[in-house]
Amino acid sequence: MLDQPMTPNSRNCKILYFAWVREKMGRGSEEIEIPSSVLTVGDLIFFLKSKGGEYALALENESVIRVALDQAHASRETKLGQPREIALFPPVTGG
Amino acid sequence: MSVRLQRESFDIGAELKALRGDNCDIGAVVSFTGSVRGTVGGGDLLSMTLEHYPGMTESELRLIEDEALKRWSLEASLIIHRYGTLEPGEDIVLVATASPHRAEAFEAAQFIMDYLKSRAPFWKNETLRDGKSGWVDAREGDKSAEERWKTS
Repeated sequence: MLDQPMTPNSRNCKILYFAWVREKMGRGSEEIEIPSSVLTVGDLIFFLKSKGGEYALALENESVIRVALDQAHASRETKLGQPREIALFPPVTGG
Repeated sequence: MSVRLQRESFDIGAELKALRGDNCDIGAVVSFTGSVRGTVGGGDLLSMTLEHYPGMTESELRLIEDEALKRWSLEASLIIHRYGTLEPGEDIVLVATASPHRAEAFEAAQFIMDYLKSRAPFWKNETLRDGKSGWVDAREGDKSAEERWKTS
């Protein structure tokens, strides 16, 4: 049996960072193991911020951070589920 | 009905001609073009670089176009958005809508731009002539422009 998770229902997810979130993180993407206690997008932000270092720096002003799950906008209350891809970014400024 | 994401510039006249095609039911074509300004809050702009989220950008633009097609009966629509590094005077975005009468085309084009501004995952980074650079802040007005289209 390969890749057994450390705890039941914890999951490995790819997280992408864009714009100044990417710059503050010092990387554009990474794989992160998300514990089973993380149920919503709001929980995820809290979990990442608690890792300290660049996470705390990038998420310092956490109320402005936007999140997408599998390339769709999500709110803080959105259930995290088992996304293949999570993205964290500042408010968008296209057009 | 199409959405294009590209690095290259676009020819507005050619795009509008293609949008209309040989459809004789089109009585009104509305287009909006957004361009890079030479003067920004911090000074004179050298260039602007647009970062985006490959995959989500295309799907979000398609969702916005689909929503416009649900709300207004359009004969044709087009969204082109550029990414990469652009200079002052260059075009960034083109939104065009076509309908039998003008009201639908006007409203749909404005709706598409308002939604694009607050939902399409693009981020602008400005480099000024004096060497400074920085990310453009989102405008509060863009969110309220989106919200006025909310259906109850």
